[in-house]
Amino acid sequence: MATDPVNLQIYLACGALLFVMGVHALVVRRHLLLKILAINIMGSGIFMVLLGVAAGGEGGVDPVPHALVITGIVVALSATAVALVLMLRVKAATGLARLPRSGPED
Amino acid sequence: MDMGAHVLLLILLSSLLPGVAIFFLREEQFVLRTALNLGGALLKFLLIIGLLVGVYRDGKTYSLSVNLLPGIDLVLAADALSLLFATLSAVLWLVTTIYAIGYLEDSPNRSRFFGFFSLCVSATVGIAFSGNLITLLIFYEILTLATWPLVVHRGTPESFRAGRIYLAYTLIGGAVLLGAVVWLTLLAGSEPFVVGGYLQDLAADHGTALMVIFAMLMAGFGVKAALLPLHSWLPRAMVAPAPVSALLHAVAVVKAGAFGIVRVLNDVYGVELAADLGVALPLLLLAVLTIIYGSVRAVFADDLKQRLAFSTVSQVSYIILGAALAGPIGAVGGLVHLVHQGIMKITLFFCAGNFAETLGIHRVDEMRGVGRRMPWTMTAFTLAALGMIGIPPLAGFISKWYLGLGALEADMAWVTGVLVVSSLLNALYFLPPILRGWFSRREGPWPDERHGGRWLETHWMLLLPTVTVAAMALGMGLLASLAISPLYWVTFIVEFEYGYDHIWSAIFEWETP
Amino acid sequence: MPSTAFMADVILAPWLVIVPLVGALLAGLWPATARWWGLLTALATLVLALLLALQVHGQGPVVLALGGWSPPLGIALVADGLASLMVLMTAGVGLAISLYALGYLGGTARGRWFWMLWLWLWAAMNALYLSGDVFNLYVTLELVVLASVALVALAGGAAPLAAAMRYLLVSLLGSMAYLMGVVLLYGAYGTLDLQGLGAQVTLSAAPMMAAVLMTVGLLVKSALFPLHVWLPPAHGSAPAPVSAALSALVVKVSFYLILRLWLMVFPELTLPGLDLLMGGLAAAAVLWGGVMALRVSRLKQVVAYSTVAQVGYLFLLFPLLWAAPGGWQAVVFFAVAHGVAKAAVFLAAGTLQQAAGHDRLAELGAVMRGRLKTSFALGIAGASLVGLPLTGGFIAKWLLVQSALEAHLWGWAVVVLGGGLLAGAYVFRLLGPAFEPGPGDRGRPLPAIMEWVPLSLALLTIALGFAGTPALALLARTLVGGGG
Repeated sequence: MATDPVNLQIYLACGALLFVMGVHALVVRRHLLLKILAINIMGSGIFMVLLGVAAGGEGGVDPVPHALVITGIVVALSATAVALVLMLRVKAATGLARLPRSGPED
Repeated sequence: MDMGAHVLLLILLSSLLPGVAIFFLREEQFVLRTALNLGGALLKFLLIIGLLVGVYRDGKTYSLSVNLLPGIDLVLAADALSLLFATLSAVLWLVTTIYAIGYLEDSPNRSRFFGFFSLCVSATVGIAFSGNLITLLIFYEILTLATWPLVVHRGTPESFRAGRIYLAYTLIGGAVLLGAVVWLTLLAGSEPFVVGGYLQDLAADHGTALMVIFAMLMAGFGVKAALLPLHSWLPRAMVAPAPVSALLHAVAVVKAGAFGIVRVLNDVYGVELAADLGVALPLLLLAVLTIIYGSVRAVFADDLKQRLAFSTVSQVSYIILGAALAGPIGAVGGLVHLVHQGIMKITLFFCAGNFAETLGIHRVDEMRGVGRRMPWTMTAFTLAALGMIGIPPLAGFISKWYLGLGALEADMAWVTGVLVVSSLLNALYFLPPILRGWFSRREGPWPDERHGGRWLETHWMLLLPTVTVAAMALGMGLLASLAISPLYWVTFIVEFEYGYDHIWSAIFEWETP
Repeated sequence: MPSTAFMADVILAPWLVIVPLVGALLAGLWPATARWWGLLTALATLVLALLLALQVHGQGPVVLALGGWSPPLGIALVADGLASLMVLMTAGVGLAISLYALGYLGGTARGRWFWMLWLWLWAAMNALYLSGDVFNLYVTLELVVLASVALVALAGGAAPLAAAMRYLLVSLLGSMAYLMGVVLLYGAYGTLDLQGLGAQVTLSAAPMMAAVLMTVGLLVKSALFPLHVWLPPAHGSAPAPVSAALSALVVKVSFYLILRLWLMVFPELTLPGLDLLMGGLAAAAVLWGGVMALRVSRLKQVVAYSTVAQVGYLFLLFPLLWAAPGGWQAVVFFAVAHGVAKAAVFLAAGTLQQAAGHDRLAELGAVMRGRLKTSFALGIAGASLVGLPLTGGFIAKWLLVQSALEAHLWGWAVVVLGGGLLAGAYVFRLLGPAFEPGPGDRGRPLPAIMEWVPLSLALLTIALGFAGTPALALLARTLVGGGG
């Protein structure tokens, strides 16, 4: 089941696009929830590229990337969970779900 | 590793371990602290005397090495030159310890003071016994580290400022030195010090590099030796307590710099290579400039300790001058001045400390009539000051005599002119305090009289060391021909260094043609 | 070196991950006794790390396929000279941090969480050092991040929480960039194994892109100037044992990863200008960190900015990597020396802070005079940071200058020496208050161990001053890829 190279290119391009969009949002957005979502979007972009890579291999679908994606999702999930909890704590402590501007002395 | 090597380690530890122990003593544990201080100082003194006898009798070099990096060892070695400096440090440490105990009586933070004081002496003795350039660098830097707390000891804004300036100079000097030593090690490996140097084979291919490295080494050591553009930390560091000024700025720190320069010139480059590369002459000129400059500044300094500090700037360069003359007789003059200047200058600093502690005298014009009130101290001051000027038969005369002969030997008669001018300047700044002290009459009270002194003019622990070192300064001049004198030992070193059977044969060779 | 034949076949590497992991589990299950589990784990891990270093020193790199599954399907653990030295450094500093935490946290509720997270972090760091493929490195890297973020947040309060959040976001950004690089590498070569990749990577577009993504991602985590802004608040506001762990150990993790990649995977990629760019950033970091450390007024902030400066030295790696054969080993020795010294300084700072109730530098004089052992720890470890003799820092500085001069890179030698001067300025600034007049004051009562541990670590920096030769011998047993 060899994949059409054009299709493959679309996967790769979309993945890269998602990644870049994620970076952009992470830098620009101030609300922490949006930042956390941005990181997840970056992750999705990476997985998309990875799936594209898996499909592009010769001699059928390569199983290793699938294992990687599953592991990656687990890691991303844990990281998101930690980030969300931390966001709630920051909100509880400061009243705002965003980061204060930082100076050299705190 | 033989007995001698163990002795080397013991000599280092004899001040290091008491020093560390002293830090953790409470202020009121006076007896234990004094016992540790004096015990360590005495032990070190005896051990060094033992080594001295060994080296003299067997002509043997003891050494001990510890690996640092592949091909690079930390080497402790005792040769004749190291013993000269080590003996000087050990003797003066003993004397200064007694003085400092008296001087700091009842002042705060004594444990800290004596702790760092002992570390300084360990570092100085480490410098003396360094067997290669890396070891010398290591102890040289440790000395920086251990002296800073003593400079800022009083904790006043003034002393912090002096400490900052001291650090700025010495750390930058240390960095330059490190760069030079690494570079030299890359070129020549980590060789032990050897008479005549070990760089001759490199001169053809790396001449320029060797010249640059020499300049960097001189800059690095020159900072502590207070060579001309790098001298201005020294007068400022005089805010430290008198024993610190005495031992560290008359002996340990400035001599460490001068000793480093002598080592590099004699045992790394060798005088011949230094002359071939054309680096000895600029060093000589720098030393001459420093001699004159320091003397001129001393003439215009009103504060007694400042005057002594500028005098140190000037006098330390005599040592460098002697080495840079690149001949055996000049070398004798320079090396013997290492000892003589140390003894005389420490006497002067002790006296300045006595005047300040007893009567609150800090400035030269306050010294009027002090000779009547403190005759012993004033006698010591007079002896040392006259010695500095170079009046025979005092110690300073011997140094200047040999330096003058050395200059003639090296066909640089103009240097004798410099010595004469410098001596005149010495007289110009040392005679006024002497004349005022003895022949002027005091009107009104002393600035801050503290010791009543029914029997003695001041505390005995201040007076005894002062009189002792003054007597040594006198003895070194009077008894210069005896086998126990520094002069004798220095000629022994130089004969060995230059391969003469007897130093006088060098003079003879110079006279005949 | 003692004979290592008796344990030539002993499998050590997995235990270095399993032991701290089990310790973390036990500490989580029985929080009341967590600290004793922690201490036991720390001791056991140190012994294992020592044995591993001896083994690698004796017989060279050890490669182990877990469960008998060889790469690319299985997971391989690789213990070579570099990895075992980092594991050993982590274990030495880790034991000190554990002992210190015993006194610092005692049996507090916060302490219970600390032990689980700290042992978790330790397991993750060991796993990372011993990983042999780029994807495992990603997973372990994320584990390190999550554990350290949780540790920073442990302090509670608005500032530490914000610092933790910023640290997490920055780290995740870095991890994602790294992961994208992994994907590109896999796409190009179909393998994740470090050695396998190293054998194949040549100068072409895909690996170049991967190299850039991975390096930049890891730079963010290493806090190289100008990506350092998250570090001072995170390291400065955490509890002392955590600050020490972050500054001494966690920063080295991403540095290690960069070094590992460029040693094994990308040695054939000589991107023009990369050495100059990275060296320039490194020099800027040394300068900026040093200047900021001279300006900020709180003790722990000074120490945190010192880390920013010292991270700069680590990235002199790039100018040295291709030009000087032993250059990277000099940088690794620097990393080890810095790890031990910085841990000592942060722990000493924690003791002073706890004793005085604050860490405003100008008002710490009395406590510094009262707590002599801690002040000495600060002084000796500070001397190592400056690179003054008889400390590990001196040997590190010597090696760095030597490599730079060997390759005729005069400029970088000047950076190293000049950076040492800046370090001298801020270290002596730290010590200044101790010399102000006035009596000493021990401040609040503290467990004695909080004074002894920083002092012991400081003495360890002196021991490191004599450990240059064995450390370099161990590093010589490192796997390197490509033609070099």
